[in-house]
Amino acid sequence: MDSATSEAPARTPLADAAETGLKIVIVGGFGVGKTTLVRSVSEIRPLNTEEVMTQAGAGVDDTAGLRNKNTTTVAFDFGRISLNEQTVLYLFGAPGQERFWFLWDRLFSGTLGAVVLVDTRRMADSWYAIDRLEHHRTPFVVAVNRFDDDASRFSLDEIRQALDLPEDVPLVDCDARLRESGKNVLITLVDHLYQQALAREMTA
Amino acid sequence: MIRKPVDIGDPHRLYTVTGGRSRGEEAGLDLVTLIVSECRPTEGMQSEHVRILELCAHPTAVVEIAADLRLPITVVKILLGDLLAAGRITARNPRPSAAHGDAPESALLKEVLIGLRNL
Repeated sequence: MDSATSEAPARTPLADAAETGLKIVIVGGFGVGKTTLVRSVSEIRPLNTEEVMTQAGAGVDDTAGLRNKNTTTVAFDFGRISLNEQTVLYLFGAPGQERFWFLWDRLFSGTLGAVVLVDTRRMADSWYAIDRLEHHRTPFVVAVNRFDDDASRFSLDEIRQALDLPEDVPLVDCDARLRESGKNVLITLVDHLYQQALAREMTA
Repeated sequence: MIRKPVDIGDPHRLYTVTGGRSRGEEAGLDLVTLIVSECRPTEGMQSEHVRILELCAHPTAVVEIAADLRLPITVVKILLGDLLAAGRITARNPRPSAAHGDAPESALLKEVLIGLRNL
């Protein structure tokens, strides 16, 4: 709009032909680098928003243990990548702790897939996320964020064992700070999804 | 009615913004549904509606609108539901993940792969 009073958004708007929004969710424990990964590949500075679940909205999900709470607020960061004139991919950084999963169905249904971002110093943080993704039948890949020069240097095989990760789930190293590395993680996920879709279509 | 400044933490504020509804028909809106304005803001319109119409001069995802308005997604969906019902905005809904028009899912994923590789 060219109205003099309208506030121009501080970021580049999407192409006017944009018609399809897609989602990929990045899950991981606190401080593992989710927002760093989003920032490294996003065309906009990551934005933050939140969802509030009130009692009226509860009951759409497995709310065991939350029934007595009046409201739950979950904040998350996101960024975006315009893939072409029509299609835009949104990347959501989602905390892996329990209260968040309560909103998963509501916010992230229809996601293409997920990236579980792992810090080798706190691998146990990822167990719950992996378990939940399997439960939700959301396809995912696991990316090990080798930041701070990761002194432990567990091999990917050791990490696969520690996470009890099935062979068919891709596991890659990354440095979430680097655009090329972040891009590689996303390509690993989407290629995995693509191969799965092809296999399904072959047998259909 | 005096409008309070936007404050996410204030339940009274949320109550006022949505006219007291705790949940609206969300019109099938997803986080990544793209919203486009079909008209300009007019005099006397609720300030949040004005802001949405300004933002959505170009396609804008529901989640970006929520971030800009500093309001929870649920509240933004209610506001968008009002504007949709009044024909002031249109919504471009995401394709169901199982279908890409008539093309198979793999075609959509291939499009995403190409887009990512071209970054």
